[in-house]
This record gives sequence, C-alpha cells and structure tokens, in this order.
Amino acid sequence: MEELIEKLKVQIIEQLNLEDMEPEDIDAEESLFGEGLGLDSIDALELIVLLEKEYGIKIQNPKDGQKIFFSLKTMAEFIQENQKGTAEV
Amino acid sequence: MDNLFVEKYCHIKNNSIFVDGKLVYADKDAEGLRAFAKSAYRHLKPSYNKFFKMDEISKLGFVAAEVLISDIELSSYSEEDISIIISNSDSTLVTDKNHQDTIDDFDNFFPSPKVFVYTLPNIMIGEISIRHKLKGENTFFIVEKFNEELIVNHINSLFLTHKSKAFVGGWVNQSEDDYEAFLFWASDKGGVPFNALEMKRLYNIIT
Repeated sequence: MEELIEKLKVQIIEQLNLEDMEPEDIDAEESLFGEGLGLDSIDALELIVLLEKEYGIKIQNPKDGQKIFFSLKTMAEFIQENQKGTAEV
Repeated sequence: MDNLFVEKYCHIKNNSIFVDGKLVYADKDAEGLRAFAKSAYRHLKPSYNKFFKMDEISKLGFVAAEVLISDIELSSYSEEDISIIISNSDSTLVTDKNHQDTIDDFDNFFPSPKVFVYTLPNIMIGEISIRHKLKGENTFFIVEKFNEELIVNHINSLFLTHKSKAFVGGWVNQSEDDYEAFLFWASDKGGVPFNALEMKRLYNIIT
C-alpha cells in the first residue's frame, strides 16, 4: 500500500501540474479537495482519467467519486480493491 | 473626462517583457513559450498556483495582464466597470492540436480534461478576469492581424454607452513557432490618446 501511495503522489503531481509540490508535501490522509490539497473539478476529471489510463479501472458510478477521491489513501485502497485478481499495482 | 487614454501598455515577445516600450524582463535562454512563461512567473512571483494548470496561451495572457495591472489601482473602479477585450489570429490552435493528440489513437484514447477545457481563446479572458476580479464586458476577436480600428471602435462604444469605465485590451497570440502579447490599460485618467493611429504606433514600438 505504501508503495502505491508514493507512486500515486508522483503521478498526481505530474498529471495535475502541481509544479510547486514534492511528493513529501502530500499527506496521504489529507483531503484532496477543498481545504486540503485544493484540487478542483477539472482535477477530479483528470483523476478519473488517471485511474483508467494507469490502472485500467473505470468508475462505474460517478457518485462514488467523492468517497474514492477523498484522500490519497482512499484512492490507493480503491485501486487495490479493484485490481485484486487482475494485476499487481 | 469624455475620452479614453492608454495609461500603460505591455509587450511580450522574443522572450522579453516591455512596459511602456521599456525592457523590464528577459530570459533569452528559455526555450519556447512554456519555458519563458514559467521563467516570467518565477520572476513576478504572483503566488498563484493555478498558473501551472493553464495552457500556454493563457499563461502568456496571464503574465501580460500581471505586468500590466500590477500597479493599476483597481479598487478605484467597481468590478463591473472594467472590461477585457482581446484578439488574436490563431485562436487556441496549439492547444487544440494538443487535445487532438490525445484522441487520435483509438487504442490509446484518453482525452485530457485539463487540455480540453482550454480549447477556446476566451478561457484566457476568464483566467485573467478571475485573477483580477474583472466582471465587466468581455470579448475575444479572431482576426488576421492586430486590428487597431476594431479594438478602438469596440472599446469606445462600450465606454461611450457607459458599459465600462476602464479596459484591458489588445492582442495575445500563439502559433506553432511564435508568440506575442500586446496588452494595454485604457481609462479616462490620462496618458496616450486612445485612437487607432496611436494604438497602431504603440503596437509597433516593439518589433
């Protein structure tokens, strides 16, 4: 899980153009939107694309997004859950 | 006063920024607009992280507006009294092509929302408006080259019909191998007379 979280940090910084941030600046349990990392609605769409492109996971119900993308930790848990029996992350 | 004047103007081209015709910043080593815009951002230090998410032409417009508006006393106007009128010839073609690249390959079809949202030139106006809280009229013209008469006539009509009291106007263009920004601040507070002849002269000061 730790390895996946670190990988996600790098991918998010790259994908969302968070140029002033380093992986160590991101707290895995901090909220990604609002007060935490301050991501916006376009970032949310980018995260959906990232899940599909990098991990082959499609979010079936958009309403689940709020829970999945609450923090890096919840995102990593979702990836692990949905990759069971398919591929190692 | 019943007339408009250009209080201040800014040119950005060839990795250099000029204010009122005088060089204020240059980075000749920056390769391309992306690198130069980033270099100018680091120099200006506006502390506005959304800059990094913009497409290249929005970054160019953002930097030009940042330099132009930095010492204008915006608080002397209501937000609705400041309009923004920009023009260019290439629309957002460079960004449009970047978007096209993400959807060309059917087996690797991942359109990027962050690229797609910038495939309209008036998004740049939106970015500048959000940054400086400009809530007046906004228009983006696509024309072959900088058309001083079009800009002057349009802005004068907004001014004379009391739609706005101050204006950010000009030209912000990016083509595949070049870029250029020319923005001016026009108000009734004095400066260079705001007419097509003077506008043409100011636009051509930096060649």
